[in-house]
Amino acid sequence: MLYINCPHCGMRSQNEFSYGGDASVKRPELNKEVSDQEWDDFVYNRKSLRGKHLELWQHISGCRQWIKVERDTSTHEIFRTFKADEKVA
Amino acid sequence: MQKYSIFNLVKNAFSNHENWDLAWKDPTPKEEYDVVIIGGGGHGLATAYYLAKEHNITNVAIIEKGWIGGGNVGRNTTIIRSNYMHDENGLFSEFGMDLWRKMSQDLNYNVMFSPRGIINLAHSDAQMNAYARRGNSMRLNGIDAVLLNREQVKEIIPMADFSENVRFPIFGGLMQPSAGTARHDAVAWGYARQADSMGVDIIQNCEVTGFDVVAGKIKGIRTSRGNIKAKKVGICVAGSTNILAEKLNMTLPIETHLLQACVSEPVKPVLDNVVTFGAGHFYVSQSDKGEMVMGGDLDGYNSYAQRGNLPTLQHVLTEGIAMMPFLSKLKMLRTWGGIMDMSMDGSPIIDKTHIEGLYLNCGWCYGGFKATPASGWTFAHTIAQDRVHELNAGYSLNRFSTGNLIDEKGLGTKTWIS
Repeated sequence: MLYINCPHCGMRSQNEFSYGGDASVKRPELNKEVSDQEWDDFVYNRKSLRGKHLELWQHISGCRQWIKVERDTSTHEIFRTFKADEKVA
Repeated sequence: MQKYSIFNLVKNAFSNHENWDLAWKDPTPKEEYDVVIIGGGGHGLATAYYLAKEHNITNVAIIEKGWIGGGNVGRNTTIIRSNYMHDENGLFSEFGMDLWRKMSQDLNYNVMFSPRGIINLAHSDAQMNAYARRGNSMRLNGIDAVLLNREQVKEIIPMADFSENVRFPIFGGLMQPSAGTARHDAVAWGYARQADSMGVDIIQNCEVTGFDVVAGKIKGIRTSRGNIKAKKVGICVAGSTNILAEKLNMTLPIETHLLQACVSEPVKPVLDNVVTFGAGHFYVSQSDKGEMVMGGDLDGYNSYAQRGNLPTLQHVLTEGIAMMPFLSKLKMLRTWGGIMDMSMDGSPIIDKTHIEGLYLNCGWCYGGFKATPASGWTFAHTIAQDRVHELNAGYSLNRFSTGNLIDEKGLGTKTWIS
């Protein structure tokens, strides 16, 4: 069982959360000419890092907020959690 | 190579079975090969075998980080099927079914192929319609499919829950009678033994640490046991695909996820077929030893851990008990996990890359094991001829940017969309 420290609600079990994937992926800017390659990278292509991975989770059975979680993909250790709009240093 | 036969079995019995040849050698890597296959799993071993057998290319090495058969080919739930609706998947898998039927004779190794049939259960009228459509598509591609009504399903699997007032009543199901199971380890060992006998070097405990690419052309690989030159390199590493792609500065439409499976204690024969739950993601069959072999959803987050987590297992088995209540009485014997190369449309990639002489085989999602022979056969063709075969033409790497996705179920890595 993973325990995720929701920045809004505190430590909760993974059962309350839903996974949202790589948090480093950025949507191409609005009103800008976007190449096929840029769309491709946004929609499909992923680094899928082994080791430290910054990812999105939604506290779906809690506050329903999206949060960022820094987690190790080979040990499942969770290091830090952030609010969705918080800067990750 | 010593042939496995009843005659040789008896002969070796007189010497207490101490004089059998090694099934495959343990060579030190040569300086150069015509083809290097990275990954000694089912697909890699099959690729090397078909390179030697179909294309007469025997100066081949398989480079395996661990030991052969220690990854997903030894961790799957052994299901073999071709019950796909789309042409790309259906024709590819049905080609594989033919190879499965001949495999034990072809490899001189009993892979215990058991065409016991697979039944996908339907739990609504809409699902019955969808299955009728899929069944018709399958039959148009020459794949056997039978639409079963509730009574027919009850006759085949009476232990499923046919009681009143269940949350997901069984309306019927789609059966592919020629689908089945095989012994997964034997598949890896059979391919390894034959490939080795034709001159392929199987190099275990050898991790690939980098690639030598000069002017857009592959020249060789760097490994924990030294540099190896190669004219062509095939990557066939399932859940480790992204790790190697990073060394090549490639970003792929693949995420690595964790998938669990489990077996119960062995019980007397109760289930003849492979059965899948239609209102969730759960499948079960009974092994020759009597264990109920079960699996279902991904754990749901990126992982390289090769070990699962309890919430997903609980979720999957809840579905199993909803489908077959007697499962709740069984004790769990083992659970384990493997890491899947989940492609974004749920279908695989077997293609050339932008680097000349470098070939990619990945994206097998939930269905890598059954694809082993067809994947090896088409990947060998792609490498040997430097062009894709018509069977894997749809499994292109650029289909994501061109929009030619094969959305068989449209699942991919986003399991919550199901």
